[in-house]
Amino acid sequence: MSTSDHDHDSIRERDSEATFGDYGGQYVPEALMPALQELEDAYERYVLNNEDGFMDEFRERMRDFGGRPTPLQRADRLSERYDREIYLKREDLVHGGAHKLNNALGQVLLAKYMGKERIIAETGAGQHGTATAMAAAHLDMPCEIYMGRTDVNRQRPNVYRMRMNGAEVNPVDAGSGTLKEAINETMRDWATTVERTHYVIGSVVGPHPFPKLVRDFQAVIGQEARQQIQQQAGRLPDSVVACAGGGSNTMGTFHEFVPDDDVSLYAVEAGGSSLQIDEDEGVAPNSATLSTGTDGVLHGAMTKLLQSEDGQIVESHSVSAGLDYAGVGPELSHLVETGRVTPVNVGDEAALNGFHRLSNLEGIIPALESSHALGYLEEQHEELGDLVVVNVSGRGDKDLETVLEETETRDLEAAPDVEVFDS
Amino acid sequence: MSDDGQPTTAAAGSDIEAAIRENHPALITYITAGDPSLEETKAYVEALDRGGADLIELGLPFSEPVAEGATIQAAINRALEAGTTQEGFFELVDELETEAPLLVMTYYNMILQYGEATADVGPFVERAADAGLSGIIVPDLPAEEADPLRTACDDHGLDLVFIVAPTTEGERLDRIMSQVSGFAYVQARLGTTGARGDVSSATHESLARLAEYDVPKAVGFGVSEGDHAAEIVEAGADGVIVGSALIDIIASSDDPVADLEAKAAELKRGAVRGGESLTNDVEDAPEPEQP
Repeated sequence: MSTSDHDHDSIRERDSEATFGDYGGQYVPEALMPALQELEDAYERYVLNNEDGFMDEFRERMRDFGGRPTPLQRADRLSERYDREIYLKREDLVHGGAHKLNNALGQVLLAKYMGKERIIAETGAGQHGTATAMAAAHLDMPCEIYMGRTDVNRQRPNVYRMRMNGAEVNPVDAGSGTLKEAINETMRDWATTVERTHYVIGSVVGPHPFPKLVRDFQAVIGQEARQQIQQQAGRLPDSVVACAGGGSNTMGTFHEFVPDDDVSLYAVEAGGSSLQIDEDEGVAPNSATLSTGTDGVLHGAMTKLLQSEDGQIVESHSVSAGLDYAGVGPELSHLVETGRVTPVNVGDEAALNGFHRLSNLEGIIPALESSHALGYLEEQHEELGDLVVVNVSGRGDKDLETVLEETETRDLEAAPDVEVFDS
Repeated sequence: MSDDGQPTTAAAGSDIEAAIRENHPALITYITAGDPSLEETKAYVEALDRGGADLIELGLPFSEPVAEGATIQAAINRALEAGTTQEGFFELVDELETEAPLLVMTYYNMILQYGEATADVGPFVERAADAGLSGIIVPDLPAEEADPLRTACDDHGLDLVFIVAPTTEGERLDRIMSQVSGFAYVQARLGTTGARGDVSSATHESLARLAEYDVPKAVGFGVSEGDHAAEIVEAGADGVIVGSALIDIIASSDDPVADLEAKAAELKRGAVRGGESLTNDVEDAPEPEQP
């Protein structure tokens, strides 16, 4: 970072806590800066220093309400298929059906400790929105969720789940009506109501301190898994595999393993239907940000992005709505840049086969997001060593409609027949 | 304000500060470049210049404008759909010959991406200076992150305008005000840009809070009528910033060039009226402008 030749001091020494190498920072409208400083202060006091027993209450509620700890399960038939030990971290068994509650409950509780009176959140497919609505109902906080119009129309059950939990759902008409626009609109609400509202961001993205805050609430995944694998297999794994969109389950799974140099970390992104960006249309038919993105600033952080050469953010695409985002957490960008995390990707079809394979062989229906990690396992298991942990970030019941449609139109090797009855 | 009633200069020789000082109280206008086309933007800028704008902000459209309300979001969408590019924007500025100095308002990613190397602000600032722009406003760049851009702006003689929000207080406010060049952009209320029917109480509070700082202050976010301009100048502002009300004209008028010119004239008259009422009615008013 270069220094100014102005004769006055810089506003403050750029906070090294706010960045991960070249990534991260606080690129937000001025009106939000005091709120971010307030949140930094609360993060340090309550999360890092357990002031007023905050972390104790969080863990207790994640046990009683959230169902933690989740099992680390040896996948017998996958182990046999791949001729190595495969263990599954079962985040699909967290209340709500995904790891999302770890973060949502942590942040809503934090908002309460901070004296905030209202919760807002963005959601793409609805997983973070439903987790936030559940947490807000559980902790008796008013809650509004912003959701792109396209997503509202294609995720009606999730919209209704949020309403059942007492949340108000605000459709966002701008742009393509998906996650990116929902985040923009939630930031606009926050810029208006910042004094009494907390924004529960849904992934390890956004301005400091959100990437650290969300990571620390999700880090329980890796903390449990690291202990469990040592108890059950007697040693650390050779590889840990997790899917990556924004990166909250990825960072949550990896964080505890980052200092273990002998454990390889694989972030599996959505390769979609192609890795090429169509500059004319402003569309990337994938969301492989870590694999193909370039550095820039989106939603408050310097990170890797899917963008045009002129600096416009492009629309990403994936069969899995939860991975469908043009940015990624800044800490993941840093870990990829330093070589600690290996970014890989598999396309829609490999993910769909992964979905069917786990359902068929292990009796577990995984989320389409998690199915990307399973698709990678099928393609590249020989490079992953003898002992592998795969994070099953969520369950796939929410994806059945998509999977039925996609399975009908493709020739998937791992899928059963869609036509159940002769008509 | 200094004793002669004029804002003192923080950065001597700044076109922007001179434009505010010499035309006090100043009218600052914003429109989005490329809405609905760059050719039309050229005509609109010239109309605003004729109508009485003392500074003109041109928006360089970015796909994720988080600080904007619905009106400017829609303008940005129209500009992007029309195929507005960074180079097209600069070529427009190359051609413009206005009396009012021009500023570019855009988001930080656009500044980072211009030129061959990614994540380098130098090429954008150099091109902006070559095109004749006098300053830059970046709504998603708080002072904490601004060192690289400020250094580049200093190197090329451009002002970097900072926004002061209703939530900006204490030590942060002191330090932002010490770094401002050109003018301090006073955000009239929490929230996003957009025309409102009134002047918020936050505007009066902010201007009172900023009164002690010896830097020109211009108020934006929600200003849409001559009467607002008058009230804001009476409350102590050196200028008013109007954007969404002009975009509304561009989006709906049958003769935007004439209507923009007339609107600028109305707003300028309002600002001047506010300045006169301040001089006539208020005991501790600054002296009128010196010849």
